[in-house]
Amino acid sequence: MSTIQSIAGQNERHPDETLVERVRAGDVSAYDTLVRKYERRIFRIAQNVTQNREDAEDVMQDAFLKAYEKLDQFQGNSKFYTWLVRIAVNESLMRLRKRRTGKMVSIDEDMETEEGTVPRDLADWAPNPEQNFNQAELAEILRKTIQGLPQGFRVVFVLRDVEGLSTEETAETLGLSIPAVKSRLLRARLQLRDRLSRYFHRKTGVEK
Amino acid sequence: MTCREFLALLDDLIDENLTAETRAEIEQHLHKCGHCEVIFNTTRKTIEIYRSHELYELPPAVNERLHAAIMARCKAKHS
Ligand SMILES: [Zn+2]
Repeated sequence: MSTIQSIAGQNERHPDETLVERVRAGDVSAYDTLVRKYERRIFRIAQNVTQNREDAEDVMQDAFLKAYEKLDQFQGNSKFYTWLVRIAVNESLMRLRKRRTGKMVSIDEDMETEEGTVPRDLADWAPNPEQNFNQAELAEILRKTIQGLPQGFRVVFVLRDVEGLSTEETAETLGLSIPAVKSRLLRARLQLRDRLSRYFHRKTGVEK
Repeated sequence: MTCREFLALLDDLIDENLTAETRAEIEQHLHKCGHCEVIFNTTRKTIEIYRSHELYELPPAVNERLHAAIMARCKAKHS
């Protein structure tokens, strides 16, 4: 028999795929490994979206439990991590809604993206501006600054620039078009830059 | 290239998604436009700072407590 079996050249499997299969077959310890691998990242994302510690801890737990329960619905055509992030973002938005009852919260909030004016800025930053602050001061500045972003910009920035998802993955995770992700990312980056400038500008005149 | 055209390409420039030709055009613009040069450098720096600083610490003890809670709830579902 000469049946055609050209399975050669298959994509290399992501290590998560094997773990997911083991979990589906009833191996809970494989899920332990997946949770360990991603729990800190999921916590960070939840904290960034909810801006609330308690909520972030709840989201982290609920997201992993939900993923566990729904694992048989997970299609292999996206990565496990991207799928997990989507669950965590949705859980985070639900928490936000609960906290601000009556006020609609969605990924589309505050998103009239008027084509911005070109920023004008001749004052450069100091060479390593973050070194003018101690760790605690710097973290406080960075937190305050990112908290000031509209929610829909913040999520895109966090997924794309901090967590390193691709534009396509970010779009898929948030249910946005690729142009929408790109436009929000640009605005998020520029707004953060603008706000950080207050702290990081090169000091003119006398050194302190 | 105008400043507006530069801005439209800023993300692709930062993410290194550009053809050599477009890159060369941008470099020409940056060479004579101090504003855009500052915008480019400081935006890149902004991303780098956010990427390299953990803003929300999850202390190991809290992490362990949450991890144990997750696994306990999963095991309860399982049985
Ligand atoms: Zn310019």
